[in-house]
Amino acid sequence: MSEHILSKDLQPKTNRWKFLLGELKPKGKLLTPFNIISVPVILLGLVLIIIRFWKGLSSITNLSQEVPWGLWIGFDVVTGVAFAGGAYVLTFMVYILRMEKYHSIVRVTVLNGFLAYLFYAGALLLDLGRPWNVINPIIGNSFGTSSVLFLVAWHFMLYMLAELIEFSPAIAEWLGAERARRILKSLTIGAVIFGITLSTLHQSGLGALFLMAKGKIHPLWYSEFIPILFFVSSIFAGLSMVIFEGSITHRVFSHQLAKGNHKSHDQILRGLAKICSVAMFAYLFLKILDLVHGHHLSHLFTSWGAWYLVEIIGFVMIPMFLFIRGVKTGEPLIIKIASLMTLIGIILNRLNISVIGFNWMTVDRYIPTWMEFEVTFAVLFLEIWIFRWVLHRLPVLRPIEEVVKSQNIERS
Amino acid sequence: MSIDRREFLKTLGVAGASLSGVSALGQSKPESHSEEFYAILHDITLCEGCQECEFACAVANSLPEPSDYPDSEVKRKLKPDQYSVINAVETSIGEVYTKQQCMHCAQPACASACLTKAMEKHEEGPITWDGDKCMGCRFCMLSCPFNMPKFEYDSNNPKIGKCQMCFSRLTEGEIPACVENCPAEALIFGKRSEILREAHRRILDDPSNYVDHVYGEFEAGGTSWLNISPVPFEELGFNTSMDHKPYPELTKGFLYSVPSVFVLWPALLLGLREATKREPENNELEVEE
Repeated sequence: MSEHILSKDLQPKTNRWKFLLGELKPKGKLLTPFNIISVPVILLGLVLIIIRFWKGLSSITNLSQEVPWGLWIGFDVVTGVAFAGGAYVLTFMVYILRMEKYHSIVRVTVLNGFLAYLFYAGALLLDLGRPWNVINPIIGNSFGTSSVLFLVAWHFMLYMLAELIEFSPAIAEWLGAERARRILKSLTIGAVIFGITLSTLHQSGLGALFLMAKGKIHPLWYSEFIPILFFVSSIFAGLSMVIFEGSITHRVFSHQLAKGNHKSHDQILRGLAKICSVAMFAYLFLKILDLVHGHHLSHLFTSWGAWYLVEIIGFVMIPMFLFIRGVKTGEPLIIKIASLMTLIGIILNRLNISVIGFNWMTVDRYIPTWMEFEVTFAVLFLEIWIFRWVLHRLPVLRPIEEVVKSQNIERS
Repeated sequence: MSIDRREFLKTLGVAGASLSGVSALGQSKPESHSEEFYAILHDITLCEGCQECEFACAVANSLPEPSDYPDSEVKRKLKPDQYSVINAVETSIGEVYTKQQCMHCAQPACASACLTKAMEKHEEGPITWDGDKCMGCRFCMLSCPFNMPKFEYDSNNPKIGKCQMCFSRLTEGEIPACVENCPAEALIFGKRSEILREAHRRILDDPSNYVDHVYGEFEAGGTSWLNISPVPFEELGFNTSMDHKPYPELTKGFLYSVPSVFVLWPALLLGLREATKREPENNELEVEE
């Protein structure tokens, strides 16, 4: 027994570098369809990013004096962060409400959330005209504390730290650092509480960014309640992302899952679908309230109104009913379709506010260049690469006991 | 000819100003540590569209001189390297000239939007931009109700260009270059309350030549650039539907709620976590027994 403990403590230290080097090697097949598509996209994206920093934003974007924020902010940052909302909702359910049923998907969701923040919020750097000054609001030489963006920027950073702490036990397990794991694990609850508070504020804060653009955003989308609408929609946006991402990772990484897990995953899906439908009902209620309260009903009969109804009926109401149906029948496929539709609805909503309905009265419409889309896909693919790299190595999907067991077997 | 005319108008202006009890408008020197914002009035009825202000602006800010002319067929736009623009507008009473530049709001959206304090409102009234602080996020452009800050999209070291109300000249006791060089006396400079009083006086004295609206008195909560016009401002393409409240107030409610959420949420979450505990004491007791 004592020998076993001794080996457990010594072995990782002596072999850590060898172990890390070994982990860098690719695992799995190299010539998969995803790799064949994503590698050229990422490489081209890097070239475009170099051109952008060399020749300025207009070299690869269609941004203008009238449209200061385009696809990179509207999709990468504003939509991406809503998609990453699953992490705070799930940690709330598991660590605050103690719904143990969802414990098995917390790690993968937090990892996904962390990477989403790292890459999509990181894409913000590409959009900054003077990125070398990005540290100014951080190091304290000029705090613009009256700015919503100041708040959002700080919350992004602090929340990434909170998510890293939430995820860190998995890193410690991977490295076999048992003592560190115990210490990091003890920080989880604090990080969770801090993280949920930060998320509440920056999910709504992203909406509050657009409050001063009154008169520029189409009245059907501008509302003084944008912060609340952003917060409520981030709940079902995040959970839909969990459902959608889960349905893919469970297929790709099915060998990592314990036997009982597939069955319990359907149970999890049903639970998440239930929460989504309730949150979407609340959201729809708020939307209708806002529509009537703001006296915007006349706008409904314009072409903008039709587009608004596509978003609200087609991609909020219908997926809500699909979720309800999925809960009743327990059919995973319906729930997955509903989650995909919800995600499209969130993309529409965020883009309608930040890009499509922005400066809606001007004649010259902003249409992103193909290069803006290209860079967006490059960022997305790069994130998936890192996500996959981590899933192949760290104990994220596998039940924790199994990992410990397998590591003990490897070491003994 | 133009100088004669200029001198004549200047005398007339000074005479008129002294008669009305306003001391030497257009010539008043800024005092240090002012408590009230300075303001500039553009009297559209006097403007002749000569572009002297544009050229003076270019010289004062070391910008390229404008190469095009006011033309009612074309809408000239502000550019990162052009802080002031005169446009000819065809109206019901014929062609009139409008001047566009940063309005220098009393409570500016851009400065409250700036997370690095690169956009700064000075106690003299001007809003200036500091390139050492700015990170180029363009949130000021998104927030500005007048769409005034312009960004150099074609540069790898882009700057935000906009009228700074000649802040460096003000600190040296000079008046803004455009006001100083206006031959038609269409621009006057002074303390905001005085300028506002003068604007209303002109409207009252000659109601047939002015519409009763000082653009900038209430728009966006009040601005340092004021305009009076012979035709309704809608005809001139001015945005007349904007809020009369300062724009930063739109985010105040949200920002005020932040500290409360920061105090309430953790307490609430901890409370919920305690409330959902499944009788852990009993289990512990059992173990101990």
